[in-house]
Amino acid sequence: MNTQTPFDLAAVEAIIAQRKATPGALLPILHDIQGVVGYIPPSIVPAIAEGLNISRAEVHGVITYYHFFRQHPVGEHVVQICRAEACQARGCESLADHAKELLGCDFHGTTDDNKFTLQTVYCLGQCASGPAIQIDDDLYARVSKEKFNSLIQAKRGVQ
Amino acid sequence: MTVTIFVPRDSTALALGANETAAAIEREAKARGIDIKLVRNGSRGMFWLEPLVEVATDAGRIGFGPIEEHEVAGLFDAGFTTGGSHPKALGLTEEIPYLKKQERLQFVRVGITDPVSLEDYLAHDGYVGLKKAIAMEPAAIVQEVTDSGLRGRGGAAFPTGIKWKTVLGAEAAQKYIACNADEGDSGTFSDRMVMEDDPFMLIEGMTIAGLAVKATEGYIYVRSEYPHSIANLNEAIVAANAAGYLGENILGSGRTFNLQVRKAAGAYVCGEETAMLESIEGKRGMVRAKPPLPALQGLFGQPTVINNVISLSAVPLILSRGAEFYKNYGMGRSRGTLPMQLAGNLKYGGLVEKAFGVTLRELLYDFGGGSESGRPIRAVQVGGPLGAYMPESLFDTPFDYEAFAAVASTVGHGGLVAFDDTVDMAKQARYAMHFCAEESCGKCTPCRIGSTRGVEVMDKIIANQNRPQQIHLLRDLCDVMVTGSLCAMGNMTPFPVLSALNHFPEDFGDQKTLANAA
Repeated sequence: MNTQTPFDLAAVEAIIAQRKATPGALLPILHDIQGVVGYIPPSIVPAIAEGLNISRAEVHGVITYYHFFRQHPVGEHVVQICRAEACQARGCESLADHAKELLGCDFHGTTDDNKFTLQTVYCLGQCASGPAIQIDDDLYARVSKEKFNSLIQAKRGVQ
Repeated sequence: MTVTIFVPRDSTALALGANETAAAIEREAKARGIDIKLVRNGSRGMFWLEPLVEVATDAGRIGFGPIEEHEVAGLFDAGFTTGGSHPKALGLTEEIPYLKKQERLQFVRVGITDPVSLEDYLAHDGYVGLKKAIAMEPAAIVQEVTDSGLRGRGGAAFPTGIKWKTVLGAEAAQKYIACNADEGDSGTFSDRMVMEDDPFMLIEGMTIAGLAVKATEGYIYVRSEYPHSIANLNEAIVAANAAGYLGENILGSGRTFNLQVRKAAGAYVCGEETAMLESIEGKRGMVRAKPPLPALQGLFGQPTVINNVISLSAVPLILSRGAEFYKNYGMGRSRGTLPMQLAGNLKYGGLVEKAFGVTLRELLYDFGGGSESGRPIRAVQVGGPLGAYMPESLFDTPFDYEAFAAVASTVGHGGLVAFDDTVDMAKQARYAMHFCAEESCGKCTPCRIGSTRGVEVMDKIIANQNRPQQIHLLRDLCDVMVTGSLCAMGNMTPFPVLSALNHFPEDFGDQKTLANAA
């Protein structure tokens, strides 16, 4: 799998320039880069380090510490399934098994057609209405296997 | 005549189709030539009824729910805007027992107002507290909060006023207010509801905190899993700045308070206050050793008030109604009300604000209606992933910090997750160790290594390998984690593990084996 796709270097450098005077700028910069590129390209680490006058190791350390930041491109849609206690009590584990089977990939994996990346999330704050999932920026609650199927089909363009 | 219709914009409502329902209402009204005003309010916190559609009438708001997109045409056919009956009509929303039985002091506007409308906030007693605070000396504000008996709602239950007094007394050119909105505990969503459904209440509380301790900068550290909270807070901050409630020269007082939202990045341990400070500073969110106290050397090394969302947003109420009013609710040393979150396998999950003293049983059955699956409730985890699993024999424990501590449990952030009798408590104990291994910041050994060893020991117990020895080892390991960890992540992970073992020993092997292990 290629770990690097082309991205707009100028846009990323503009983010660094614009944000670097902010106190504690590193997280806001990483959020903005991931927002634009979809992930944090490892090749941009030196520019971030230089912009903030910190070491590359510190930047790398922060990127790898936080679950939210990723260093590789993901599929076209990111499917996150909440697997924390409140959703466990409402059957999220059987939904998780179903999702793996339907998509044909494991958690942290991407489907062969690069359409979906499957991820675990610990709590989406929908604890009274689980199982909860998020597809890209959209939340869904009380997700049955049937509802999951129809959401995935809709993303595949099948009505 | 224009009819006002309410469809919530709270994220649970959205996750259940509220946007689609709202769009259908606008479409149908237009097609039928009915003049409506659609308000996107917060959620009442009765999530089994979402999307909850309400219609304003002279007698009050009438509820219908849950209403999915395809049911909207039927609502109009039934004449729901003019008092027509419908199978999903709920009558006056305020009269629904679930709401009527609550003591909503803090969540008084939640579900009623448009969350990002400053006008609505002001029309519902918003900013009364700030106006009072502006006329007071900082020490008098701190005293009012101290007198109210308010204790940190994030879980640690430390008296808020005492913390503020330390910061007020510290001399520094710059002080900060840092709001911990990294609500990562499963089974909790009250912070989220405040931020999404009444963000001005938190903003006002932080502004008052700024006046009280002479801090001019504030940060709200919000988890990345809460995009709607971030959006609503930002929108409300812009409105508050524009109207002179934030920024420089607040309401002509000459006082300054600037506020900004900082987006977290999915590390559970950043809910620990010092890890959160590191994260705001742009570093790995690793726990700091204490002392120094953050009140003296906190954010960027300066004196900092760190409070949870619910603690800070209780402050406007305390200032507007007075410490005495707030203190008169509650029991023992737990004063005021707590917004409790009913989650997991319950028929009626949602938000219930009650004074301290309500029992777990009342919440589970009188409000929650028992399990949704219809099976007996076997265990309830209170206070998030680091909270104890409580068995039926402890369901009469009243919500009170001391009463919970007495049964080796914790109120935490007031979230409760109910499990029916299909739960395997050995698996839940393993999960607690696994979660700690995933989320440990790695700074101290008992938490970093202990949790990984804990998963291995639990695997052996589940596989029935040398159970007596392994259980002995598990208790020993938990002891090391409790006494040797740097923060609550490591020293509270044993709460769910040991409570599962002590209250549900049958899931860890037969009684005879355990007797030999003891």
